[in-house]
Order: sequence, then C-alpha cells, then structure tokens
Amino acid sequence: MTETTSAARSAIFDRIQKANSSVQARSQVADYAAISREYQQSASKHRAAILETFAERLREYDARVHQASSMTVAEAIRIALAEHGQHSALVANAFPKEWLPDGLSWRAEADAEVDAMDKAEGAIVTCKVAIAHTGTIVLKDARKLTLLPDRLLCVVREDQVVETVPEAFARLQSLATDALTFVSGPSATADIEMTRIRGVHGPRFLDVVLV
Amino acid sequence: MSIRVGEAAEAPSFQKAAHMLLKDDQLRTNVRHATDVITQKRSHVVAEQHDWQQLRDAGSAIKAHTLRFLDHYLDQFEAACTAAGGHVHWAADADEANRIIVGLIQRQGGREIIKVKTMTSDEIGLNRALEANGIHPHETDLADMIIQLGHDQPSHIVVPALHKNRRQVREIFMQAMGLKELGDRPEDLTDAARRYLREKFLKVKIGFSGANFLIAETGGVCVVESEGNGRMCLTLPDVLITIAGVEKVIPTFRDLEVFLQLLPRSATGERMNPYNSLWTGVHPDEGPREFHVVLLDNGRTRILADHESRETLHCIRCGACLNTCPVYRQTGGHAYGSIYAGPIGAILTPQLFDMEHSQSLPYASSLCGACYEVCPVKINIPEVLIHLRGRVVREQQSGASLEAIGMKAMARVFATRRRFEAAQRLGRIAQWPFISQGWIHHLPGMLGNWTAVRDLRPMPSQTFRNWWRGREKGNSND
Ligand code: SF4
Repeated sequence: MTETTSAARSAIFDRIQKANSSVQARSQVADYAAISREYQQSASKHRAAILETFAERLREYDARVHQASSMTVAEAIRIALAEHGQHSALVANAFPKEWLPDGLSWRAEADAEVDAMDKAEGAIVTCKVAIAHTGTIVLKDARKLTLLPDRLLCVVREDQVVETVPEAFARLQSLATDALTFVSGPSATADIEMTRIRGVHGPRFLDVVLV
Repeated sequence: MSIRVGEAAEAPSFQKAAHMLLKDDQLRTNVRHATDVITQKRSHVVAEQHDWQQLRDAGSAIKAHTLRFLDHYLDQFEAACTAAGGHVHWAADADEANRIIVGLIQRQGGREIIKVKTMTSDEIGLNRALEANGIHPHETDLADMIIQLGHDQPSHIVVPALHKNRRQVREIFMQAMGLKELGDRPEDLTDAARRYLREKFLKVKIGFSGANFLIAETGGVCVVESEGNGRMCLTLPDVLITIAGVEKVIPTFRDLEVFLQLLPRSATGERMNPYNSLWTGVHPDEGPREFHVVLLDNGRTRILADHESRETLHCIRCGACLNTCPVYRQTGGHAYGSIYAGPIGAILTPQLFDMEHSQSLPYASSLCGACYEVCPVKINIPEVLIHLRGRVVREQQSGASLEAIGMKAMARVFATRRRFEAAQRLGRIAQWPFISQGWIHHLPGMLGNWTAVRDLRPMPSQTFRNWWRGREKGNSND
C-alpha cells in the first residue's frame, strides 16, 4: 500500500530467507508430502453408531435432536418450533420450501435486513456436512441469519453426517474458499468463574432435525 | 526497529512481581480453580481421542515444515487473499502495525471499532494507539470486556479474566454500564453483556479481529471462538481488519483437520468450540465489503533465525501449558509482566525482546516438563528454556555479576540434553526429603529463595522423555 509497507515486506522476506538458508534440504512440495499423518482419517464405526454418536454429542451441548423421515420433515419442524412456542421464522435462501410446515409464518433470508434478523424469533437452515465425533454442523453462507436470531434450527440429512473431522474436510474441499461456519452447540462462555453459560451473543437454542 | 510486547517493558522482574502477587489470596484461589477445571476437562477429552499423539506429531510437523518455507507460504497467502478481494499489509514492528491500522480506520472516518479477542493486538498495544488517535475500541469477548471496563490487565491466554470472581464482575458492570440493579449469577452477568454489546454490534461499522490460522492455499482466515462475539465482529461491520503474526500461516485448507482437533481440546477441554469461522477475502452479499489483513513480524523472524528455539513459533495459543504449570498456578499471569504468561510466555517474551528485557523469565520455571507433555504442537519448552538461559548467561557475561558467574555454571550443566536430563534426574532424587503431601514447601540453600515465596509441585516421578523411551521399548502402559 504505502512505501513503508512494501519496505517492511521485503525486510521480512529477507530475514526469513536468511534464517532458512540452511534448513531447506528438499523442495517445498516434497517436504510437505513427507509430513506424517498417522491420525485417523476415515470412519471406524457403523452408520447407526455414527448417527447415534452425533445425536449424543449434540445433546451434550444442550442442543435438541429430532428424528424425521423425508416425508415428515415439515412435521418434525412443526413439533420442534411448537416446543419453543415459536410461530415465525426467517428461512435460508437455499432451504427447500416444501419442508416448511403449513401455518408457519416465514420470510426468506434475502428479504430480511439485519434489524429484522435481530428481532426474528428464529432461523431455519440446512448444512453442508456434519461431524459425529465432535457434534458439529458446518454451514455455508447465511452467517448473519444463523447468528442474530435467538433460535437456530438446522435440518441435517443422514448422508451428510461423517464420523471424523478429516472426512468432513475432504468433503468440504470444493467449498474451501466459501464463507463457512462450524457450529458445535449453542454459543457459550465459561469466562465467569468457569461456569458454562449457554448463549452469550449467538443463538441460545439449537435444534437439529435429522432426516 | 522497536519490538514491544504489550506493557512488558515496564514490568518488574518475574521474581519481584511473583513475590508481590503471591500475597493476593483471591488471585491464587481463582487461578487454581480455573486451571483445575480446564485441566480436568482437557484430560478427559484428550484421553478419549485415541489418535492424540499422532495428531500432535502431525501438528508439530506441519508447523515445522511451514517455518522452513515461510516465505513461500506468506507469498502464496498474499496472492490468494488479494485475488479474493482482500488487502494484505506488512508490519515490521508494533509501531508500524499500529500506524497501518489507525490509518485504515481514519480513512473510513471511524471513531470506534468492535474488537474480538486477539493476543496480537495486546502485544502491539493497539488499544492505547487507537485511543491516542481518538478511536474507541470496544472489547467484545466477555473476559476482555471485564478487563477493559475494569481497567485491568489480562492474566491468561484463554480465560483472561480468571482472576475476577462474580461479585467483582458485577461491580465492574454496574459501574461501567450505569446499571442500578444486577444479579451476580453468571447468567445475569452474561445477559447484561449480551444486551450491552448487541447495540454496539449493530451500530459500529468497523470490526477488528486476530486470526487463529491463515490458509496459504486459499488466502482464507480461520477464527475460533465460543461466544459468538467473534462472528458478530467478522460479519456485521462494513469493514474488517485482521491482524496476525506471520507464523499463523498454514499450508492448506486440509491442514485445519489437524489443528481444529488439537486446539479446542487443549484450550477449553471441548471436543469442538461452539464456533469456527472461515472466510476468504470478501464474499458477495455476505459479511464485510472491505477486508484488510495486517501481517506482523515484531521479532518473529528473529526467533526463526535461532534454530534451537524457533519451535516457539509453533504455538497455537491454547494455554494448556499455563494451566498445567506449577509456577503459573501459584503466581497467576500478571507476574510474567507480559501479555504472554506461563511457560510459553517465559520463552516467547524474552525472544521477542531479543533478550534485552525480561531476562528473568527463562528462570520462571521448575523445568518439570509438564508443559511439553500437554503442548498440542510439541514445543519442547524446557529445552528451549535451557537454551535461552544459556543465551542470557552469555549475554550477561560482559557484566560479570556474581549471579552471572553462577549462571555460567548452570549454562554448562544445561548445555546438552544429556546433562540436562541427568540434572533433572538428580533433582528428582534429591528433592524427596522435602516433599509433604505432594508439595514442596522448602528447599535448601540457593533454591530456598525460590520456595520461600511459593510451594512447588514435585517433579513427576518419570519425565515425559523417560516415559516415552520406555514406551518405545515396548513397556508402555498407556
Ligand atoms: S506453547 Fe503449546 S501448550 Fe503452550 S500455549 Fe502454545 S501451543 Fe499451547
């Protein structure tokens, strides 16, 4: 940007190259390839056990888990919202509208300004991949929508659930430059006397409908 | 070039500060409680991760590799981030970083910013520089907010306000937020913070963050957090400015699969922290329309030049070494006189300073090895400490104080790994008569000065290295 900035850049690169002059025995590509990755990279459990772990980990984070078939997603969403006494929601642009229950008053994310998101009862979204081992759902875009309302409901298809973190990264590679958010339970803090409190700034309630 | 590490240059020596702070019972109680809770949670989630050692090996190898090709990866990051619509700035030291950041904010006409926890901004003393230019930074992490509103200093990398209890937090909030009534349950306090900050999040147009990882392959940035304030700062403002040390770069997107397993388990004892945000430059219709990243040297390339201690730059700031360290647990973070406390602070601060200041810090350790055992990227902190003690001694020789002469002998003892290990074994054997109920209360002679101010936990009966060797020989019991 400015002259000093580029001066800083070349000074930094100079110092790095001097510091590294004696440590590059082979090419960067070969050196990277030689990194040993002996950690678990593929699934070791049966599908049923993986899904069981996923639900269990979510519950440990204080999330609620609802089971549904593709026929009954709308019904499962209706029940989940009813438990909160929730009547309206903002819905992610990409969300399949046939999954929305009759009688729900909803608006699409694209039509909502930040103020409307701040006041909304809740948001409804889908995810890209879910990780059983850590109870994580990975969302693409919809960053404000999944942050400002106090409740978040995410529909997860069973075939999106992988066992391990490395499997999730393999699936996400094609989305590597997108805006991604890994969500593991409702927002939380333990900053005051190490007592875990749910919901500081993000949604206080997380519902997952597993299809 | 002037390297600064927070307020460290003004701090008294570790031994002096520790002496003062050990009299503060409240601080000690809080530090012990907090570190106990995290340590227990950490052991639980590390034990269930059966490939933990393999993850550590990979994490350490990726970091070592990245340092060997740091220029390549920084260059790649810059190109990719720029192609994605981001702006990359380079800062040789703290003052230059502050100048760049202040300039960016002034160009926007900004008078205030919302900030998510970043050690690096504390390192360069950013808040002070901002305030000197009439810009108000709102800290948005609950703990940092407690520190800021209470005009205090952070005491821990991950839980900076662990030295404050709920009644103290309540008082700070009532005063700063102008509240007449406020409960003192953590829920009440968290709720007050939520309401107070929501308004700022929606109003302030410039966000500021650190970075946990910069991805060379994509030009992307990853920020790991719990509360959601990070996501607010990263997505709501029009302009986002991120600061990161040059060592934060990792080669590929895929490498996150290692670090996102190591970091949460080590830092907070969680399987995964509630939120990880990843973004690349600017995204159409999503988040800020302008993105700047400031890459900071501030002494890092000098650490790189010392091959015996460059592994210091592997650090992912998880705080596990603090929680496990008997010295830190006794004194709390403030004694280190630097925003980087505990074992990592003892090796990082003096090196960033090129050993000019904080020469007492390499001695702020009992060399028990616990920090190395828990470090997710396998930084051999005891060995680096020994190496740095050697450097302190060599650099003090011109002064030739009595102390320096004593230290010269020590430097010789610790000069090689074999001698160091022998000394450690000797330490373990020689210390047993002084142990009662697992804590050492008095040590004889020269070392007596040290235990006069605090109790030491005895060295583990087996060092990590002994255990590891035994394990390699096949008599493992893990
Ligand atoms: S030195 Fe290791 S254990 Fe300590 S904060 Fe850094 S990464 Fe964590």
